[in-house]
Amino acid sequence: MQNTRFELGAKWAGGYLVLLLLSGCDQGPWNNPYPPSEVQKNILYSSFAERPKHLDPARAYSSNEYAFIGQIYEPPLQYHYLKRPYTLMPLAAEAMPQPKYFNAEGLQLPDDAASDEIAYSIYDIRIKQGIRYQPHPALATDTAGNYLYHNLPPEDLENIFTLADFPETGTRELVAADYVHQIKRLAHPRVHSPIVGLMSDYIVGLKPYMVAIEAEYQKRLGESDTPAFLDLTHFPLEGAEVVDRYTYRIKLAGKYPQFVYWLSMPFFAPMPPEADRFYAQPGMEEKNLNLHWYPIGTGPYMLSVNNPNRQMILERNPNYHGEVFPGEGEAFDHEDGLLEDAGQPMPFVDKVVYSLEKESIPYWNKFLQGYYDTSGISSDSFDQAVRVGSEGDVALTDDLIAKGIRLRTSVATSTFYMGFNMRDPVIGGLSDRARKLRQAVSIAMDYEEFISIFVNGRGISAQGPIPPGIFGYRDGEQGINPYVYDWVRGQPKRKSIDEAKRLLAEAGYPGGADAKTGEPLLLHLDITATGPDDKARLDWYRKQLQKLDLQLVVRNTDYNRFQEKMLQGNAQIFIWGWNADYPDPENFLFLLYGPQGKVDHNGENAANYSNPEFDPLFDEMKNMANGPERQKIIDQMVGMARRDAPWIWGLHPKQFGLYHEWYKNAKPNLMANNTLKYLRIDPVLRAERRTQWNQPVVWPAVLVAVLLIVGTVPAVIVYRRKEHQSLKQKISPSRESMAAQS
Amino acid sequence: MLAYIIRRILYAIPILIGVNILTFSLFFVVNSPDNMARMHLGMKRVTPEAIENWKIERGYDKPLLYNEETGGAGALTDTIFFEKSARLFVFEFGRSDAGRDIGYDIQQRMWPSLAIAVPTFIIGLLVTITFAMLVAFFRATYVDYWGVILCVVMMSISGLFYIIGGQYLISKVLHLVPISGYDTGVSALKFIILPVIIGVIGGIGAGTRWYRTIFLEEVSKDYVRTARAKGLSELVVLFKHVLKNAMIPILTACVSQIPFLFMGSLLIESFFGIPGLGSYTIDAIQRQDFAIVRSMVFLGSVLYIVGLIMTDISYTLVNPRIRLS
Repeated sequence: MQNTRFELGAKWAGGYLVLLLLSGCDQGPWNNPYPPSEVQKNILYSSFAERPKHLDPARAYSSNEYAFIGQIYEPPLQYHYLKRPYTLMPLAAEAMPQPKYFNAEGLQLPDDAASDEIAYSIYDIRIKQGIRYQPHPALATDTAGNYLYHNLPPEDLENIFTLADFPETGTRELVAADYVHQIKRLAHPRVHSPIVGLMSDYIVGLKPYMVAIEAEYQKRLGESDTPAFLDLTHFPLEGAEVVDRYTYRIKLAGKYPQFVYWLSMPFFAPMPPEADRFYAQPGMEEKNLNLHWYPIGTGPYMLSVNNPNRQMILERNPNYHGEVFPGEGEAFDHEDGLLEDAGQPMPFVDKVVYSLEKESIPYWNKFLQGYYDTSGISSDSFDQAVRVGSEGDVALTDDLIAKGIRLRTSVATSTFYMGFNMRDPVIGGLSDRARKLRQAVSIAMDYEEFISIFVNGRGISAQGPIPPGIFGYRDGEQGINPYVYDWVRGQPKRKSIDEAKRLLAEAGYPGGADAKTGEPLLLHLDITATGPDDKARLDWYRKQLQKLDLQLVVRNTDYNRFQEKMLQGNAQIFIWGWNADYPDPENFLFLLYGPQGKVDHNGENAANYSNPEFDPLFDEMKNMANGPERQKIIDQMVGMARRDAPWIWGLHPKQFGLYHEWYKNAKPNLMANNTLKYLRIDPVLRAERRTQWNQPVVWPAVLVAVLLIVGTVPAVIVYRRKEHQSLKQKISPSRESMAAQS
Repeated sequence: MLAYIIRRILYAIPILIGVNILTFSLFFVVNSPDNMARMHLGMKRVTPEAIENWKIERGYDKPLLYNEETGGAGALTDTIFFEKSARLFVFEFGRSDAGRDIGYDIQQRMWPSLAIAVPTFIIGLLVTITFAMLVAFFRATYVDYWGVILCVVMMSISGLFYIIGGQYLISKVLHLVPISGYDTGVSALKFIILPVIIGVIGGIGAGTRWYRTIFLEEVSKDYVRTARAKGLSELVVLFKHVLKNAMIPILTACVSQIPFLFMGSLLIESFFGIPGLGSYTIDAIQRQDFAIVRSMVFLGSVLYIVGLIMTDISYTLVNPRIRLS
C-alpha cells in the first residue's frame, strides 16, 4: 500500500517536472514571459496598469483609453508626427477643412470677418474614398446583402462570449454618414459623452436634439424592459448633415477656430450605425459585447483580444487603406534618423501586445531584460536610469548606455499649479492687499526646489498658465513672471524672501501677523494626500510658508470631500492640474475665465478667478488666428494673471522616455493619439539581445538543492543517535530494576 | 448532520443581510452617488446633467434605505439598498458601475487566483507541518532554539520583501523564470512557480511556530508516552499518532481558509501581474464601484460561512467522538 502511494507521488512529481520543462525550458531564455513562437515576430510589447474604462470614441477621454482607440478609429484630422509646433493635417479627410462664415441673414462673410458679425460657420469635410472598416461581425452580410447578426435570438448568443466567437465578419466602405452618426451619438443619453455640454454650445441644434433624443429614449424605455434601441439615422440634426456619399457638413454657432482640433480627436471619428444596431441586441450587453469593449474602426490596427484582466492585443487591420511615413519634420529629425523611413508604408509593426502590469518595479526589470520595448522612469528606478549633472543636465547611467538604451525628454503640454480660491475672504479677491499676499506666498513657494526634491528634476517651473510648445508661450527674459522672478545673468532668479516679506507687510501682515489684531495669519491647504511620500511634501509646503513666518494648516481629506469643497468654494489653497486637449492657448487661458468658475458655473476655473478686464480679452483672443495680434492680447492676459496671482504657477512636467536600440522612429508627440503606426522595431536584434541578457544561471539553484540534501545528513545522524540513545535509556533502567529485584 | 447544516445555512441569511447593510452604510457614508458619478465620468468637463443621467441609468437616483414617497412595501423595496442587494442572495451579481458583468469577471479571475493559492496552500501546509514536526522532534535542543529564532525572523519580514527579493534573485539575477505575467494551460506553470515559492517561504515562519506549539502540546500527552513505551520509533510516534491527534486545531486553521483561496492575494497578484481576484475589490474601492464592492463583500461573507460549516464537518471526520447536533 505504501509502495503504491509512493509510486503515485513519484508519478505526480515526475509529471509536474515534465510540465515544468515543457513550459519553462522552451526555446530562448527561461524568463521570457511571451510564447516562444513569438521570439522573432514583428510584435511590439507594452503594458497597461489599469484597464481602460471606455473604448467608445464618443465617451473615452483618458490617455490610457486613447492609447488603444487612437490606433483604431480615424477622425478626419490628425497631428503631424514630426513637425513642431504641433500641426494638424488630414487623416480620413481629403484636405484640411476651411470654415465658411455667415451672418444672421445667411450671407457668406470674408475669412477675416469680425467675430461678432459671424452668426454661424460651416465646415464641409470631404473624406477619402475607398477606406474600409476592419472585419467585424456587425458588418457581416449574406450573399443577398442582409446582415447576418442583426436579429439574433437569445439562444444564438448562448455560445458567444467574445467577438471572435462569431464565425463570419464583414466590412464596408467608410462613408460621410458614419461621421454624422457619431456626432449624433454624442447626444445619446446612454453614451454620456463628456464633451456634449461643450459641443451643444457650438453645434447648431445639438441642444434641442439632446432633449428630443432623451424624450424618445425614455418613451421606448417605458415600453419595454430591454434597453431601447434608438436608430439615430432617423433623427436629423441641423448641425451635422450628409452632403454626399463622401462629404458631410458641420454647422457651428458663431466662430470657433479651435473646433478643428476637436476634429482630430476620437469624439469625431466615424461610427457605422450597424455597430449600434448590432450591440443593442438583447443579450449583448450582458456578455460585455458593446462598443466599450469591441471597437470598430478603419485605422491601422484592430483590437483582436480584449481581456483587461490580463492582456489586450492590437493587430494589423487587414483592410487598412494605407499611409506613408512623413518626409519632413524638424531640423534635427534627419540627424536623429527619424526620416529614414520617409515614404515607407505604415504601419510597420504587425501586432502590439499590452500586458497587465500593475507595479512599476516588475515593469522596469522586464524593460531592462528586453521584454518591454520602451519605458518611462518611475521614482523607484530614477537613480538606476539617469544621472543629473551639476548644471541640471541629465544623462543615462553607464549600465543603460551599455545596453544601447536611448533617452528622450519632452516638456508636457500640462501644468500643475497651486491655486488660491479667489472667493476666500483672506487670500482671495482682487484687492491690493490680497494680491500682495498671494504674490508674497508665490515668491516663498520655491518650485525650483520642489522640482529638484520631489520630481527628480523632471519639470520646469512655470511662469504662467501656458506651457512650452503652445502658441503664446514666451521664452527668455520676456517670458518670466516679474512678480516672482528677476532676470539675472541670462536666467530667471526667484526674488528674495525679503521681497516677499515686504509684500506681506504691505498686505497688512508684517512678520506673518495681522497688523490690526496681532493674530498670526493661518493659511489652509486643502489636499488629498494618502501615500507615505506625501508627508515629506506636506512638510515642505509648511516649510515654505515658515520662511514668511506664516503658518500653513494642511486640511487633508479624501477625494470626495475635496471635490465637494472645491464645488462649494470652501477650499482656500489647493493643488490642481490640467492636460491640454489641443495645442491652443485658449485651452489654458479658459482655466482663468470668469464664466468657467467652478462654484458659480461648475466649470474648469478651479480658482474662481474673475477679472472684468481679463474676460473680454479672452473672448476676443479665443476666436483669433495665431499671429502677432493674438500674441499681444495673450501677453496682456498673462500679465494680468501674473499680477493677480490666482495661482502659484507651479510646474510643467518633463517626460522622460527610454527606448531600446531596436525601437525606431520614437519621437514624443504629446498631442497625437495615433502614434503607433509610425513605430518600427527590429525583432531580430531584440531576440539577440534578449538571449544575451537573459542566460539562465543554474548553479545557485543546484547549490541550494545540494546544501539541502547535505543538510539532511546530520539530521538523519542525530535522529539515529537519538533513537539509539532512547533505546539504551529504555533498556538500562530495566536492567537496573532487574538487578535490584535479584 | 443534515439538519445541522440546514440550520447553519438558515442562520447565515440574517448574517448576510447584516453584512450587506453594514457594507452599504459604510460605503455610502464615505461616497455619495454624486461622488461615484463624478469618479466614473472623469475629471474633465463633467456637467451636472451628466451626473444626473449617470445616476438615473444605474438606479442611484433613489433614496438609500427608505423611500418616503412610495407607500407600503415600496418604501423599502424602491431604494438603492434593496435593488442592489436583493439579487445577491441568488448570486446574481449584476453589472459593475463601469458596465462589466461582475459574475463573468469573477469566473474569469478566480482561476488564476486558485492557480496560485491552491499550490501555495498545499505545499505551504506540507512544508510548515514538516518543519514544525522537525523542530518538535528536536525540542529543547539548539535546532529547536535556532529554528524558533529563524521563524520569528521570517515572520517579521514584510511580504513585500520576499516578493521583491524573490523577483530580483530568481528572475532578474538568475533569469530562471519570468518576473511577472500569466498565461493559460501548461504555459502558466513558469509564471506560477515563483509566486508559489514566495508564498510558501513567506508563510513558513508563522506556520511553523503555530504548528510547533500544537505538536509540543500533543507530545506531552499520555498517549504519546504510551506509544513510546510500546517501543515505537520517534518518527512513527510523531507522524502516526501526534499528527493525527493534532489534526483538529490544524483543521480549524486550514479548512476555514479553503474557501478564501478563491479570493486571491492582493500583493502577490499585483506584483506578479496575475489577473486574479486579489486586487478586484481594492481596485473597485478605489474606483468607487459599489456594485463590485457589495458583490465581493457578499461573496466573502458566504465563503466565510461556508468555511466555518466545512470546519465543523471536518471535525466529525477526524474525530468520530464529535457529533454535530
